[in-house]
Amino acid sequence: MTETKRISYREAISEALWEEMERDENVFIMGEEVGVWGGTYAVTRGFYDHFGEKRVRDTPIAEMVIVGAATGAAMNGLRPVAEIMTINFAFLALDAMINSAGVAHYMFGGQFSVPMVVRTTTGGGRQLGATHSRSPEPVFAHFPGLTVIAPSTPADAKGLLKAAIRSNDPVLFVEHSTLYQNRDEVPVGDYVLPIGKSDVKREGSDVTIVAYSKMVEYSLAAADILSKEGISAEVIDLRTLRPLDLDPVYESFKKTNRGVVVEEATPYYNVSGEVAARVQDVCFDWMDAPVKRVNALDVPLPYSRELEQMALPNPEKIVEAVKEIV
Amino acid sequence: MALTDEQKLEAYKTMMVIRRFEEKCAELYAAGDIGGFLHLYIGQEAIALATKYALRDDDNVITAYRDHGLAIARGLPVKNLMAEMLGKATGTSKGKGGSMHLADKEKRFWGGWAIVGGHLPLAAGLALADTYRGEDRVTLALMGDGATNIGYFHESLNMAAVWKLPVVWLVENNQYGMGTAVIRASAVSDIAKKAEAYGMPCCVQVDGMDLQALVDYLEEAAIYAREGKGSFFVEALTYRYRGHSMGDPERYRPVHEVEEKKLDDPISHLGSHLIEANLATTDDLQKISDEADQEIAEAVEFAKNSPFPEPGELYTDIYADSMGEVSR
Repeated sequence: MTETKRISYREAISEALWEEMERDENVFIMGEEVGVWGGTYAVTRGFYDHFGEKRVRDTPIAEMVIVGAATGAAMNGLRPVAEIMTINFAFLALDAMINSAGVAHYMFGGQFSVPMVVRTTTGGGRQLGATHSRSPEPVFAHFPGLTVIAPSTPADAKGLLKAAIRSNDPVLFVEHSTLYQNRDEVPVGDYVLPIGKSDVKREGSDVTIVAYSKMVEYSLAAADILSKEGISAEVIDLRTLRPLDLDPVYESFKKTNRGVVVEEATPYYNVSGEVAARVQDVCFDWMDAPVKRVNALDVPLPYSRELEQMALPNPEKIVEAVKEIV
Repeated sequence: MALTDEQKLEAYKTMMVIRRFEEKCAELYAAGDIGGFLHLYIGQEAIALATKYALRDDDNVITAYRDHGLAIARGLPVKNLMAEMLGKATGTSKGKGGSMHLADKEKRFWGGWAIVGGHLPLAAGLALADTYRGEDRVTLALMGDGATNIGYFHESLNMAAVWKLPVVWLVENNQYGMGTAVIRASAVSDIAKKAEAYGMPCCVQVDGMDLQALVDYLEEAAIYAREGKGSFFVEALTYRYRGHSMGDPERYRPVHEVEEKKLDDPISHLGSHLIEANLATTDDLQKISDEADQEIAEAVEFAKNSPFPEPGELYTDIYADSMGEVSR
């Protein structure tokens, strides 16, 4: 049996980073407040004192050069883990991610590789207003050349971050800001998960609920509510948005014949639309109902608490969507 | 460092190869053999050669999309470069990059990049990696005058200065960012003032048509960077005789301006010097020109006879790691 211990999502990420830095001298961290401050979400607390300023590098508040310089360092043999404080700031680095890091391998005929991880946080629900609360993972997952990972559990976070750091391609690693406190069993030591594998988080037979990141937690809560009413929901965690592994989803859908996709991003041009489109394409003969989608409402997130909560998905909305088709 | 007689002759030959390469590219573009965008280097050749003599072979070089001259000066094989122009499998980027995306990892020529300023933070990162490993390479980052107005420029110079990265930032000021004159696009027409703001030493408005002068300034910059003192900024004043790219209507500059500038030609200057110094005769220079024509003709033949990439190449090299079927 693998030895495990009960730690938080934050601790699991921190542990993965620490172990990879101990393992490989070429792994280093750069970003805003990652060093002396210890990380604005405290993920890198203690790193600066242990690894020193060469490997834990505080940067100016300048996202374009954070990702661009990490790209150059990766091309030249290092394994940078660049931190962008929130995914909302990653828009400033979008060009560096997609037009530099994301195409460096392809555009020069395979000569260069970019083994870089960009860690960032996503998600709303903390009254941070329109500019700091978005969940725009699908924007980044749109582009071939990037890998986009968004774990929902502490164990997945550890195993996938280690895999991301060892990957030879640019990875956007998306952590949910309201999952950091969640605690669960996490394998001790060198635990590495394959990138691009969805995971069945709960088995069921009546409906397939597909989600990622924070929405997995809500989907599992919804499945609990549904089970009390005699509805058996299977919950699948995508874990990786690019490459997107839908085989377990198709397999599940062919069993349940009904599906709901849950995503925190706004409802149009996104992951839920992508999954729904592919499910109807592959599983048309197994469909007993249209695939439903649960997303944030199509609005910028407001500050006021009640209004913000109205706009976001929650377990009740998922239950409601399931009941429309079961 | 004064260039040796051999280096002067070699430089003349290479500059002639660059010019003939560019003239041939213009022809092939008109004939439809080269597609996309094509940005010619004619008039700026001395700068590419100066980087060769001021730097070590294992230093890093990265530039923007006007990259043919630098690629040739860096020693990339002319026939494979021509094949890249024609989108052939034998091209330096397997035909998947094109004119704007030439590179050779072995020669530490890190590309041709086509988003204005986008390669500047990469230069900082290249330099960071060398410094991190304790290697004493210098990174040379070339850019046009237009790139000094974009955010990437300012973020990159600032970080390089804060971290004392060994980068030589070299602006090839050819007076126009596409069709907009420096004075119409930049708040200060003296571009080096922007670098001074980041506390780095600068060489202001070096004569970009004078090979020896360029070598001298770039060498000073490279020594400074290699000694661990940080970044150095050099602005070279130059001029492109052709348009920004092939579709340029050139309504932004008078014909006589271009004709006057052509009299200040870097290749003619070096040729005159070779004759005055008794290093070559007019016949010798003619022979060099003929040999350049011959080399380009052979490169075109090689490129034309090369195969186009196989359809399967569409899906290769999107990722360095194999992701299997799930990546589709």
